[in-house]
Amino acid sequence: MTAYIVRRLFATLPVMAVVALFVFFLLRFAPGDPAAIIAGEDATTEAIEAVRAKLGLDRPMVEQFFVWVTQLLRGDLGVSIFSNLPVTRLISQRLEPTVALTLSTLFVAVAMAIPIGVLAAWKVRKWVDRVVMGFAVLGFAMPVFVLAYILIYFFAVQWQMLPVQGYQPIKEGLWPFVESLILPSLALGITYMALIARTTRASMLEVLSQDYIRTANSKGLATGRVLLLHALKNAAVPIITVIGIGIALLISGVVITETVFNIPGLGRLTVDAVLKRDYPVVQGLILVFAGAKVLVNLVIDISYAFLDPRIRY
Amino acid sequence: MFKRILAGAFALAVPFAAGQAMAQEKVLKAVMHADVRVIDPVWTTQTIANIHGALIYDTLFGNDADQKPHPQMVGKYEVSPDKLTYTFTLRDGLKFHDGSPVTTKDVIASLKRWGAKDGVGQRLMGFVTKMEPVDDKTFTMVLKAPYGMVLESLGKTSSSIPAIMREKDALTDPQQQIKEAVGSGPYMFAKDQWVPGSKAVYLKNKDYQPRTEAPSSFAGAKIPGVDRIELVWISDPQTAMSALVNGEIDFYENPPNDFLPMLEKARGVKLLKTGKIDSTQGFIRLNHLQPPFDNVKARQAMYYLINQEDFLRAIVGNPKYYKVCPALLTCGGPYESAGGREWMKEYNPKKALQLLKEAGYKGEPITVLSATDHATITPATQVLIQAMREAGINVDAQSMDWGSVVTRRAKKDPPAQGGWNIFVTTSGGVGSANPVLHTWIGAACDKGLFGWPCDAKIEELRNAFGMAQTEEERKKIANELQARAMEQVVYVPFGQWDTPLAFRADKIDGVVPNTGLAVLWGITKK
Repeated sequence: MTAYIVRRLFATLPVMAVVALFVFFLLRFAPGDPAAIIAGEDATTEAIEAVRAKLGLDRPMVEQFFVWVTQLLRGDLGVSIFSNLPVTRLISQRLEPTVALTLSTLFVAVAMAIPIGVLAAWKVRKWVDRVVMGFAVLGFAMPVFVLAYILIYFFAVQWQMLPVQGYQPIKEGLWPFVESLILPSLALGITYMALIARTTRASMLEVLSQDYIRTANSKGLATGRVLLLHALKNAAVPIITVIGIGIALLISGVVITETVFNIPGLGRLTVDAVLKRDYPVVQGLILVFAGAKVLVNLVIDISYAFLDPRIRY
Repeated sequence: MFKRILAGAFALAVPFAAGQAMAQEKVLKAVMHADVRVIDPVWTTQTIANIHGALIYDTLFGNDADQKPHPQMVGKYEVSPDKLTYTFTLRDGLKFHDGSPVTTKDVIASLKRWGAKDGVGQRLMGFVTKMEPVDDKTFTMVLKAPYGMVLESLGKTSSSIPAIMREKDALTDPQQQIKEAVGSGPYMFAKDQWVPGSKAVYLKNKDYQPRTEAPSSFAGAKIPGVDRIELVWISDPQTAMSALVNGEIDFYENPPNDFLPMLEKARGVKLLKTGKIDSTQGFIRLNHLQPPFDNVKARQAMYYLINQEDFLRAIVGNPKYYKVCPALLTCGGPYESAGGREWMKEYNPKKALQLLKEAGYKGEPITVLSATDHATITPATQVLIQAMREAGINVDAQSMDWGSVVTRRAKKDPPAQGGWNIFVTTSGGVGSANPVLHTWIGAACDKGLFGWPCDAKIEELRNAFGMAQTEEERKKIANELQARAMEQVVYVPFGQWDTPLAFRADKIDGVVPNTGLAVLWGITKK
């Protein structure tokens, strides 16, 4: 197992190198110029060119690439063209909200999706199943921002139970922290929940048709015990896979959720940096996202071995 | 109830005490039109960087709500009888946020940096032969010829403000951003709490000694009204509006026009129309370097495609907030003029096409840079494209985000090689009210703004305005300038509109109309 993990970690290096190459040149070939944005509305062409020269953006692209790669190899992601702050500081400022939102969404989604998926499989083709699956289709089809605005309208503006926007770090107190995450987690979690619930139902249905489940039932075991101990554990591999895929979906999903709920996370940092053409920040973020994705996949792969003893690395 | 029960449960379970000290503070939470990403108001002309700058830096003079300059950091000043030497003495008690006194070395270095970068500053420095300290508090500015805009320039409230920085910051190359934002103004920038793209925090400068005169825009007493100002960036306007209605923020600088009816009805929320001249002017910029608009007749043809009401209804909707204004100098401003208005009397697409043909236009595609993500420029561009197509003009509308428009408009190449013919933009009413501050009215060829109008007479008139010594003389020149600029079509205006400020009248006092930049320091919390 250890050798496998080490091998997988080394295999990430070429992946990250390709990502770095791709993101650098893609950004440079995209239209837009940070110097023009920095110089502002009333800046002359001369002023823009002067800013561009000072930022080194007028140098050959290959030279810029090597400067950046050299920095990277030293562990330095560079500084923001706009704020002059290190990219690592900008990312670390935004990490907590995104991690908190992702984990709380994961918690909401998994905590609700697995029971209703199991329930739908148990009561297959009954009205419960149809309601659950109808809800899953609706949840998956509804755009996050629509649901977000509906939740804001009712829970924040009309009933004033929860805040409209913003994020409170956990150091400001547990309740403010939780309060700021309820609506965003629900808005983001419902789509995700629908995905997990459907997968849970499908996987459970397959397992419930196996002989050993029939044996367990004929032994007179309680339904709950059969469902949760015998069936769910063996149905877990596809569910874990979809949760893993979902984490990647969450990374892209938080962009919209963070914007609507004004959560200063990595998603908003990415969008803002792309719109402003803040190259070092976008490059740093894409590398972080790629690294996170590779690690999540690794964790998921490793978890298979624990859930299914037949899987060995 | 639900909220209280949950909060109570959490409070019992987890006795976090953090934030108690913060609760005692008077905090103003304001959502501005953009986020603070750049801390140097001289390095960029971005309005938000200058709102930030106006909080932390002071200026030698401050223009009042009528754009008349009054001493701010200056205690007294004298102008020699030949109007060539200005002697300024700083008032007592001026200190930077690090505790060091403000001296004339700081002032001169700051003015030199601003004068090397800012358009108005460059014009002023074109007249200045030397600036020398007499002592730590007094310095002289010597001009080569009398210039009537010295004090207005030093007190300007549109970007970039002539912020007085520490000498060590002001010695930074004007093309590079300063690293530390340490000023002597009413608020101090809390850099450690700054989250670019989310929040910028300003703390009350307890050592600040305001002037004693009544406040008026950037003039008079700047009395910090709250302990802490948080410029919170909410990029989604719907969320910002909901946050204001819900009382989570106190001040919303530019609510979109669509939301104004809802905000007018919201409990506790008040809308304040912008100042007399702090409107927004929308206009169409033509590329004077490329055909067909290198021909004045083709440029004049565009006047016949503009029905300002069409544009203003698309952008604003409610006539209460817009004004038809077929002029280049702000309508309602001190130099509002009738010069050249006759060009925009008639909406006549057939005549437009005829004039274009007379100018040699044979149906070639005309490239319009069409921004897709701007609240006002996007609908205005759509109206323009429709009007051009209805007139029979071959329009090549190239859709892109505003960031790409900003980049593309700087290209002088022919449209087929990445250049352009037309883009739409806006300008602040305060800047547009004054021929010298209004850079878009200039026609300085290659040294001018995108579109590069080139007309020596216009530049002569702008210089003459700056050198004029009486208000009457200025008005006469402004009229002549506008007539000439309209004839040459430096740009085609499509109207003027207000963006009211929205704020919680039940929570804050002291909100005043913007005059170029938002005036936040005087706001107090109830």
